[in-house]
Amino acid sequence: MATKASRSSARLMISPAVILLLGWMLVPLCMTVYFSFLYYNLLQPGTTSFAGWDNYYWFITDPSFTDAIKNTLFLVAGVLFITTIGGLGAALLLDKPMFGQGLIRIMVIAPFFVMPTVSALVWKNMFMNPVNGIFGQIVTGFGFPPIDFFGQYPLASITFIVSWMWLPFATLILLTALQSLDQDQLEAAEMDGASWLNRFWYIMLPHLARAITVVILIQTIFLLSVFAEILVTTNGGPGTATTNLTYLIYVSSLLQFDVGMGSAGGVIAIILANIVAIFLMRMIGKNLDA
Amino acid sequence: MARSISKKSKIINTLVAGFIGFLMFFPILWIVVLSFKTEENAIRAPLEILFSSGWTMESFQTVQARSDYLKHFSNSVIISLGSTVLALIVAVPAAWSMAFVPSRHTKNVLMWMLSTKMLPPVGVLVPIYLLFRDFDLLDTRFGLTIVLMLINLPIIIWMLYTYFKEIPGEILEAARMDGASLREEIIYVLTPMAIPGIASTVLLNIILAWNEAFWTINLTAAKAAPLTAFITSYSSPEGLFYAKLSAASIMAIAPILIMGWFSQKQLVRGLTFGAVK
Repeated sequence: MATKASRSSARLMISPAVILLLGWMLVPLCMTVYFSFLYYNLLQPGTTSFAGWDNYYWFITDPSFTDAIKNTLFLVAGVLFITTIGGLGAALLLDKPMFGQGLIRIMVIAPFFVMPTVSALVWKNMFMNPVNGIFGQIVTGFGFPPIDFFGQYPLASITFIVSWMWLPFATLILLTALQSLDQDQLEAAEMDGASWLNRFWYIMLPHLARAITVVILIQTIFLLSVFAEILVTTNGGPGTATTNLTYLIYVSSLLQFDVGMGSAGGVIAIILANIVAIFLMRMIGKNLDA
Repeated sequence: MARSISKKSKIINTLVAGFIGFLMFFPILWIVVLSFKTEENAIRAPLEILFSSGWTMESFQTVQARSDYLKHFSNSVIISLGSTVLALIVAVPAAWSMAFVPSRHTKNVLMWMLSTKMLPPVGVLVPIYLLFRDFDLLDTRFGLTIVLMLINLPIIIWMLYTYFKEIPGEILEAARMDGASLREEIIYVLTPMAIPGIASTVLLNIILAWNEAFWTINLTAAKAAPLTAFITSYSSPEGLFYAKLSAASIMAIAPILIMGWFSQKQLVRGLTFGAVK
């Protein structure tokens, strides 16, 4: 039993962490909300004034905002689709008995440890470059015209690169979940004559449902913030073809120096992320006291 | 109950999975090959590249000579190690008190800490940038270290908490009965048992800090740029020098790739917040 003394020292020990995180969360958050109601451009110093909802109005009615939302949704949904289905397949495959399982698993998981800027540049130059990239050389080798991936399919190309980076994450988590499945149950089902499809549908999939939800929620939170991959490949272009919400806010705050507008965008991004976070937190919370 | 699995199906599994693994790993493998080639050879057709004669370390030397690679490498090391160590100093006591002296608020505190991790970084980009500008922290290793420490703090606390939870409280109580002070209890009893958990927490967080590519790019320029930001200078037109880009990339990812292989299990624990076991 914790004594009164140890309880107060425990409170003392937790306080630095609480204070730091509270400061880290509250100070910038309040500043963002405050700035979002100001006309405030770093290029015009000394002309700060109250803007009401103007920044929000201009940010939301700007056509690039609609584009950014569409691109964000496409990117998140595309990557989620590829990584969840692909990760499920890879996990089912890696769970089977084979030779050199450890080595194969390492090869599948490795892309997750590659920093975003490196993977984006490597794919862009070594693979998707229309002339010298491997894809280009294969295509022209068969006598087809070269494909300019980032010119013709910019968003799909980025979706592909980001999927390569996140597929290992989905695989790893689904594999972990799969390995905690009770083997006896599967065997009993097999003896009763259930086909593989039936065992997958009625035993494995329900068991994995929770892990799949977690993969989707966590990835969504990270995918809403995809930034470096866009910066080094397309700079958000051509036009606004690959500008997602994160990149749009970056452009208005650090390239156009429009603090008010960037902050309004920031508040919107926070609200969007929170919608997802609520569901994730609820799932984590349920598991906490178990 | 291990069923006897036919050798044939095992071989088929190996071939299929091996092929998938090869496809996933190929880009990494490919830049290893390219990094040891000359620029002229690196842009030839893939098969020609593989069998072209002449392997050279030239690109690695050029990358270092041209852009002072080692400076950015040491920036990465200092920032990722520094942020992890600082976070650990704050996190160990916090996790200890939540794991061993839980109150009715513990769960809420833990959940709240995690929720700070869900804040999209771009939502606070403007204020952090302005604060950094006003306090002369832009392009300093110190500033970046602090930000990365705060970003990873929730994950570190969370992971340590789950590891500490696995240590039976009775052992600590026994030490207390024998007259150990709180300090002695933590140093001599808890720490040795918690070392494996702390080590894997450190490992995962070095990886996360090393690869962090939002704040590192936005808050640094030439001086304090770690490898993530340094590599962006290759986006154009240097990106077309395949051998040099490959050499720079390999040097940037190699240390983390090796550490990552050791931390696969911790990855699941650290990034799913215990929601998947």
